[in-house]
Amino acid sequence: MEAPGAAGLGVADPQLQRFIEVETQKQRFQQLVHQMTELCWEKCMDKPGPKLDSRAETCFVNCVERFIDTSQFILNRLEQTQKSKSAFSESLSD
Amino acid sequence: MESGFGSDFGSTGGAGGKLDAGLIMEQVKVQIAVANAQELLQRMTDKCFRKCIGKPGGSLDNSEQKCIAMCMDRYMDAWNTVSRAYNSRLQRERANM
Repeated sequence: MEAPGAAGLGVADPQLQRFIEVETQKQRFQQLVHQMTELCWEKCMDKPGPKLDSRAETCFVNCVERFIDTSQFILNRLEQTQKSKSAFSESLSD
Repeated sequence: MESGFGSDFGSTGGAGGKLDAGLIMEQVKVQIAVANAQELLQRMTDKCFRKCIGKPGGSLDNSEQKCIAMCMDRYMDAWNTVSRAYNSRLQRERANM
């Protein structure tokens, strides 16, 4: 199996391939943590205090869960509307 | 932080032109860590500026500095909480597959 970008190296190094896959996955995780922290900070943080109180902490946890739920909801509904209607552009006029 | 990241990749092999995969992987990991730290700092600065600085004065007064310091720590707490929560959710999703 050849890696598309490995042509220049002349050989597809499976170790590098694996490394790229793992690091890409890790970065996807990191990026989402950055994004959710930013979003949830707006929703959960009033005035920064000496510590993160339990109410704020619960809010952050809920915020993460609901964000993922939202993402899944959108994907599922998109899939449904694409199945029931012939063209995607039709569903945008809802 | 150690110096050297962001500069050249160092020796990439001798006359044979063979690339040291291990060295490259280590360098890349460092670059990624640096990029993540920069991203964190950038968002933290944005959020804490919004929370702590009202009408910008001629300098940062004591209360503003105190607010920023607390804000930084709380932002880190928030980041860690989000990271843990996201990780738990991912594991739960994987277990349900």
